[in-house]
Amino acid sequence: MNKALHFLIWGSVTAVGTVAVAVVALHRSEPINAMWLVTAATCCYALGYRFYARFISAKILALDGLRATPAERLENGRDFLVTNKWVVFGHHFAAIAGPGPLVGPVLAAQFGYLPGTLWILAGAVFAGCVQDFVILLFSVRRDGKSLTEMAKEETGVVGGIVAYAAVIAILIILLAVVALVVVNALKDSPWGTFTIAMTIPIALLMGIYLRRIRPGKVLEVSALGFVLVLLAIWGGQWVSQNPTMAPVFTFRAAPLAISIMIYAFAASAVPVWLLLAPRDYLSTFVKLGTIGLLGLGIVAIHPTLHMPAFTRFVDGTGPVFAGKVFPFAFITIACGAISGFHSLISSGTTPKLIARETQTQMVGYGAMMAESAVAVMAVIAACVLQPGVYFAINSPAGIVGQTAAAATTTISNWGFTVTVADMQSLASAVGEQTLFNRTGGAPAFALGMARIFSQSLGGSRVMALWYHFAVMFEALFILTILDAGTRVARFMIQDALGHIYKPLGRTSWYPSILTTSALIVAAWGFFLWQGVKDPLGGINSLWPLFGIANQLLATVALCVATTIIIKMHRAKYAAVTLVPLAWLVAVTFTACWHKILDPSPRVGFLAQAKVLATGPASAATARLIFNNRLDATVTGALVVMVTLVLIESARQWIGILSGRREARTKEAPFVMTRLAEERL
Amino acid sequence: MNRFSAAARVLWAALREIFDEAAYARFLQRAGTPSCAEAYAAFCRERECQSARRPRCC
Repeated sequence: MNKALHFLIWGSVTAVGTVAVAVVALHRSEPINAMWLVTAATCCYALGYRFYARFISAKILALDGLRATPAERLENGRDFLVTNKWVVFGHHFAAIAGPGPLVGPVLAAQFGYLPGTLWILAGAVFAGCVQDFVILLFSVRRDGKSLTEMAKEETGVVGGIVAYAAVIAILIILLAVVALVVVNALKDSPWGTFTIAMTIPIALLMGIYLRRIRPGKVLEVSALGFVLVLLAIWGGQWVSQNPTMAPVFTFRAAPLAISIMIYAFAASAVPVWLLLAPRDYLSTFVKLGTIGLLGLGIVAIHPTLHMPAFTRFVDGTGPVFAGKVFPFAFITIACGAISGFHSLISSGTTPKLIARETQTQMVGYGAMMAESAVAVMAVIAACVLQPGVYFAINSPAGIVGQTAAAATTTISNWGFTVTVADMQSLASAVGEQTLFNRTGGAPAFALGMARIFSQSLGGSRVMALWYHFAVMFEALFILTILDAGTRVARFMIQDALGHIYKPLGRTSWYPSILTTSALIVAAWGFFLWQGVKDPLGGINSLWPLFGIANQLLATVALCVATTIIIKMHRAKYAAVTLVPLAWLVAVTFTACWHKILDPSPRVGFLAQAKVLATGPASAATARLIFNNRLDATVTGALVVMVTLVLIESARQWIGILSGRREARTKEAPFVMTRLAEERL
Repeated sequence: MNRFSAAARVLWAALREIFDEAAYARFLQRAGTPSCAEAYAAFCRERECQSARRPRCC
């Protein structure tokens, strides 16, 4: 391209991006239009991809288009397969896009739209995309090895063990927290409960159709399932208005939690083809379609954000979850900015499909940018709500009061006007009995999404249908994580137990299947039950715990990446992973310190246990005290694990830089590609 | 028009890959059998070991 034209184009993107970020960051007095966020995000991603990612590709990783990838060298038509880069991109994005980037930004909106937006943009460009990109490339250069294997080989045995333990811990806490989000979205909602309950027979039908009637026609049966789900949403409206049916599908939180545990146990134990695979296909279909629709809806109606840039709750007194903007905004928003979980995908199936090293930038860095864009959409969906409505939905009764009148008074006293009549008419508009105390982020996101969708298509008459479509979208998404996650964790536990007693490691031996399924469901079910019974709503304690665990895994991934960069004799560029690593360590350690030792009972687990211990004693109090102490112990264990990995990695770095250790990486030897002339 | 159809082809290929249809087609080619309930059951058994262990993201 002509140099002057190139300069002109990228100069314009920089100028527009600078103005958009400045408007987003400095605008205060009046509500801001969502298009400023969209413009700022688009320009940041474009600049990050064009300059920062390319700098990393050229100076640090030295991507080599002539080096054969494992997909070519080890091609077997199953795991290893040379695949078109856009197909790999789609595959990778579908795997990394979960409910995290939707829920986290909605919860963090209690600080205002600005902290979350800035963290999503800066975190993605300088940390999350970098992590996904470098781990993907390093895995490609190591025959598609997993993060735990790379950690063991490059940083030592401790790194490998910690990575394994972190994955198990994250899975357990993740499953508990997402189950809690579903429980809070479905409690007292016959419409939502009916729709989600219907997805189980629909998935079973899809499984049988796929297996017996039209074998292998997944796209066809997914489209059929999608239509049936839409009918279930429509039928849910009838159920919610029918005096006989409505009570049948109206549940409190505790029975819903038990039902979800039973469902996950069954899904983990029955054959994959019957329930898990069809539900997974169905949710992928809904996920890709809905994310695309939401993006179009935001651009089409370019809504106004009613949430201020900052709220008074940056001081740590927020009702949604307690804790100051630093570090809790950075713990709450993980997946949209940086997620350790992505490093498992980047070192899982994706590196086995990449045709050329040069494609890792687009797949690794690019797909994370797309995920970050989903998080920006979630910020917009939460912030288009009036702040009073947002806080009425997301605040637990234990904070704002048990009655509607008490809640509106408390929230109005914070400066966010809301009335009982406003909330009642909104609940009627979306076909719910009430929208008060619907904590967890999912209902607020669903309401924001329904508002955007209904303004683009159908008007206020179809607001209720869009709202329940959004609830179904989130719950379907989450239930897929629950059943698949329970199964993955079951396999991991079976692998470990197989070393003690061989038959326990056999994945087809039913006593082992049932025991390990029960073990894993009991583990996350314990935390879910704790959340359901928590007077502060559960999300208050569980989401930060999940954020800490997730960022711990990102810390492990960045330690591995930094070690490899130093071993590659690129130490002068190690800041690319070292700076995000330092930031994550600061965030994680500060958050852990607060969660364990903060004197405020709303923030610190031990302080809350102490307050409960001095209050009136009951069976529930004793359980809450135990739970808080256990949470503090889990958090402490996470800190110890991070510290061990850091020490182990730092020993490696110092040893190599001082010349006491040999800088030997475990890369697969160079093999010239045969695909140089082919276009992929 | 050519670009549009090329983009549509890539999108279709991505969907087939994400939804495992392409993997099933490769399986049939490898096994040299036509599509039937038994072949799909064998494919599912083979995939179960890989895809069911695949972590899903948060």
